[in-house]
Amino acid sequence: MTINKEKNGDELTVALEGRLDTTTAPQLEEELSGLLDDVKKLVFDFAKLEYISSAGLRVLLAGQKRMNKQGTMVVRNVADEIKEIFEVTGFTEILNIE
Amino acid sequence: MKRLETGAVRDNLSKVLAFVDSTLEDVDCPLKTLYQIDIAVEEIFVNIASYAYSPGTGKAVIEIETEAEPGCVAITFRDSGIPYDPLAKEDPDITLCAEEREIGGLGIFMVKKSMDDVKYEYSGGQNILTIRKNLKG
Repeated sequence: MTINKEKNGDELTVALEGRLDTTTAPQLEEELSGLLDDVKKLVFDFAKLEYISSAGLRVLLAGQKRMNKQGTMVVRNVADEIKEIFEVTGFTEILNIE
Repeated sequence: MKRLETGAVRDNLSKVLAFVDSTLEDVDCPLKTLYQIDIAVEEIFVNIASYAYSPGTGKAVIEIETEAEPGCVAITFRDSGIPYDPLAKEDPDITLCAEEREIGGLGIFMVKKSMDDVKYEYSGGQNILTIRKNLKG
């Protein structure tokens, strides 16, 4: 998985490419942990994300919980396969999907 | 039937998925179905790797049957670890808000929702979990 980050003032955009799974989720968690302190808006761009398992959902849930305290989080450009995972798991209700 | 025996550790996940994907290349498996099967295999194998032999380690066996029932694939996972029926776990409440949500149990819930059949038995000192998926819709 490739993680592309772009910081613009207090807005952080994280574009993921590849698979967010058991192997790669800890990498995303670690990257995010040090970056969110002064972020008010966190944007995930999933245009090039191909796959997500529960390990990836765990990181998204943690991100959403954290951003609920300090700002907002949105998820953009979600492919149909991943949208289906969000629907089955109730994540469509938790996440702001654009 | 194709069979893979491997150490039940997370680092072997990519090996397990490569085995599943290469086996399913030989049958006519739609990409979306393959994606659902990959997720199910990941969730089950990672569960075994995380809990079956904890704190020690052991083996996991993955068997893929594509010929017994035409248009259907069955994947069986065996381990000789602690007896554990993942299907006995209550489904997570997916209507809760983010603050109340817990991630536990979500993986096996995804497996139940995406596969056509999931069976567990404990037999001969082994946990045996079998998932079935129809390849056509």
